[in-house]
Amino acid sequence: MSPVSLVNADRRTFLKISALAGGGLMVAAYIEPLTGFAQQGRQPAPPLEPNAFVTIASDGKVTLVGKNPEIGQGVKTSLPMIIAEELDVDWDTVTVVQGDLDAKYGQQSAGGSTATPGNYDLMRRVGAGARHMLVAAAAATWNVPAAELTTASGRVMHAASGRSLGYGELAAKAAALPAPDPASLTLKDPKTFKIIGQRIRSVDLDAIVTGKPLYGIDVTVPGMLFAVYQRCPVFGGKVATANVDHLKTLPGVKHAFVVEGGTVGNGLLSGVAIVADSWWQAETARRQLKVTWNEGAAATDSTASFDKRALELAPQPPMPATRADGDAEGALGSAATVLEAAYAYPFLNHAQIEPMSATAHVKDGQIEIWAGSQTPGSARTLVAQTLGVDPSAITLHLTRMGGSFGRRLYNDHIVEAARISKEIGAPVQVRWTREDDMGHDLFRPAGFHFIKAGLDASGKVVAWRNHFITFTADGERATASSGMGASEFPARFIPNYALHTSMIPFGVPTGAMRAPGSNAIAFVTQSFIDELAHAAKKDPLQFRLDMLAGPLVVPPPEPAPAAGRGGRGGGQGAGWDPARMRGVLELVREKSGWGKQTLPKGTAMGVAFHYSHSGYFAEVAEVSVDASKRVKVNKVWVAGDIGRQIVNPLKAEAQVQGSVIDGLSHLMSFEITIEGGRALQTNFDQYTPMRMRNAPRHIETHFLTSDNNPTGLGEPALPPILPAVCNAIFTATGTRVRSLPLSKHGFRWA
Amino acid sequence: MAYDFPAMNIALNVNGKAVSVDVPADMPLLWVLRDVLNLHGTKFGCGTGQCGACTVHLRGRAVRSCQTPVSAAAGAPVVTIEGLSPDGTHPVQVTWKDLDVPECGYCQAGQIMSAAALLARTPRPTDSQIDAAMNGNICRCGTYNRIRAGVHKAAALAAGTTASRDAVPGNGEGEAR
Repeated sequence: MSPVSLVNADRRTFLKISALAGGGLMVAAYIEPLTGFAQQGRQPAPPLEPNAFVTIASDGKVTLVGKNPEIGQGVKTSLPMIIAEELDVDWDTVTVVQGDLDAKYGQQSAGGSTATPGNYDLMRRVGAGARHMLVAAAAATWNVPAAELTTASGRVMHAASGRSLGYGELAAKAAALPAPDPASLTLKDPKTFKIIGQRIRSVDLDAIVTGKPLYGIDVTVPGMLFAVYQRCPVFGGKVATANVDHLKTLPGVKHAFVVEGGTVGNGLLSGVAIVADSWWQAETARRQLKVTWNEGAAATDSTASFDKRALELAPQPPMPATRADGDAEGALGSAATVLEAAYAYPFLNHAQIEPMSATAHVKDGQIEIWAGSQTPGSARTLVAQTLGVDPSAITLHLTRMGGSFGRRLYNDHIVEAARISKEIGAPVQVRWTREDDMGHDLFRPAGFHFIKAGLDASGKVVAWRNHFITFTADGERATASSGMGASEFPARFIPNYALHTSMIPFGVPTGAMRAPGSNAIAFVTQSFIDELAHAAKKDPLQFRLDMLAGPLVVPPPEPAPAAGRGGRGGGQGAGWDPARMRGVLELVREKSGWGKQTLPKGTAMGVAFHYSHSGYFAEVAEVSVDASKRVKVNKVWVAGDIGRQIVNPLKAEAQVQGSVIDGLSHLMSFEITIEGGRALQTNFDQYTPMRMRNAPRHIETHFLTSDNNPTGLGEPALPPILPAVCNAIFTATGTRVRSLPLSKHGFRWA
Repeated sequence: MAYDFPAMNIALNVNGKAVSVDVPADMPLLWVLRDVLNLHGTKFGCGTGQCGACTVHLRGRAVRSCQTPVSAAAGAPVVTIEGLSPDGTHPVQVTWKDLDVPECGYCQAGQIMSAAALLARTPRPTDSQIDAAMNGNICRCGTYNRIRAGVHKAAALAAGTTASRDAVPGNGEGEAR
């Protein structure tokens, strides 16, 4: 997701060692600024201080810091696992703590499936550096060459003399030694890994199953008050009048006031704050709120008008091409078979299970915050800008998050808490209701694709033109996460390819949602490819393999994209490797028994693939549809290639299963309808996540190990499941689904 | 916490302890548990009984505490995730850990309480009984297959037998650590 730097090879790491009171050792990594930020035109990383990830107390107790925000993806477990591996300690002796926002940890974020690719090597070197220091300390103690020493289970051993010392006994001496050059460190042979690659459970498991406080909503601060915040239902609207004087007379209410709203994007919306001794009193008082709004320009926005406008724009001469290879128009004119289709998908709410909340205390010019955020560094910047304070005055404690899916890439909840605390001079927790959350998101953008493609006489795709219609707030650039990149598949694979982008003015904020761009575009592209395969009378899986096997069109230099700012979110990449995608397609063909079984009437398999966030995924779904359009996804096979090492297979399978089930919620029922500039859906009865009864009983995960650096898994398994199921529905019923969600077409789960 | 509401004194029995709270009679049990009694294990997800994150036991039955006025719980035993077992060793908690069921974990207190209530009445539930009992608990992370396996395994653990091979979720091989 967009605010996140991708891994780059230019990062240099230094280790720094400090002594701890009590004879402990603290190993830190000093990370130079990431040059990749500058190359990508993003905010440069702040000047970095020494990072402290490893603490070894004199009694041998090892504490590791999980630096990245935990949203359920397992990163609080997986990154410390990598340190522990190279440190050579037993996993069950390690304690993991969540790092607060601190420059000493370098980049801290959850987004774009970047934690593994961005930290795998760094975390190994942190662990190896600490081990190196401990070995050096033992060598000095025994006056033997370090080369004669080995380590295991938190001890240094000298086999020749039979001596050994625990890490805790060596920590004080190690802390006095110079830090090694990380580049000089010898890392373990992966064949000897004892922790990386093992099925390791979540470090927070005990706390979760016994109900210990972990999440933003669980934070308690002495003297804390509770707030509800009524935002204008129309995005960009402002409070005109509000009966705050009356609210202040209600039981428990301590403060009620109008907030004008900030000017910083994705930040403070105009609204009315109601602060009480308890949240229930604040929420009860909100029922008596009488507020009038100046609704602003977005009040005319509606899904119905967008649908109409897209149809008007579709046949018009399209905007200049975002990309044009060969001569798409000419090739369409001479193609043996031409197919044309209109695809569409709706706005979506993130619907993370924990509604937004944040706690802040503004006192004496300092701001202390306790909250979940996927981008804590951006949260601090946003609060600093909105409240006009220096970022150094802000402390941010990170909590575990009850899901996120991209919602907490944006930090509006944190800005609200800080702004309200500043006004009242007391610590305050702002809690959103589900209705607040449903109505005030940065929605996954809707989109429209009017596609025309041509096959030659042999059934090969020779031309593809997509008139893509998206949204713009400023008339020039697509809104956040709503653009489509020039290198989006099937660009490169078709000699005559054109992508045009038109935009509809829109005042409602959009944002990145798990596998941004990909979560919608895969549905369109992989469904339309299926249409082409059927038109060519070819096996849909083989048709895809053939497309991927053809000679690549050399991409022309990318023009400045019409859909700039939002782009595609992370990981689309212009140069992904078709051979790796063929590999996962072959694997999923084998595992699913594709084409080898005779399935009952009304049951069929569908296939799709997609590349995103550096991950290659192909998926097959076996789906049954009955005469009343009741759909059952019987089984899903997922084949993925995310490189040579799965850090934690237990969590990897969980991410894949979760991605599939998340995608099925998008597919069947998720839709936000905009009317009068506001979201109509308010709660889970109108925006229905997949429930247990409907979830596929069998989701098989297979990883293809390839000799590539390990990459992330939070997102790339999601996009293919939507078209895989739609393609199965077509084969089972003859009905081609070209707009989402399925429920709009009379389908429901069996 | 002082409540200058039109409040009434309500006697509760939460996790085996008698407590009394001065709160409005219609205040949802969820917020009494969380904000008055500081039992934060019970979660808020939707406030309308749709998601099950707030599930607790009232008189031994799984109820949505966001939809239960505190007055309806007066004098009756309430059990929350904190009181399900003294030390996290209820069979459902044990198997939830065994199978590493949670991802984000936020819904899991509700899932565990629903599963425990199911097993209390139906010691060896079928898949369709599990569906019926658990369908009101949304998990946005998609842990449903591990939840199903966890219920079967907890049932077996409570009965002193082992779960059938079919109950193991996904295709994962080998034990977790």
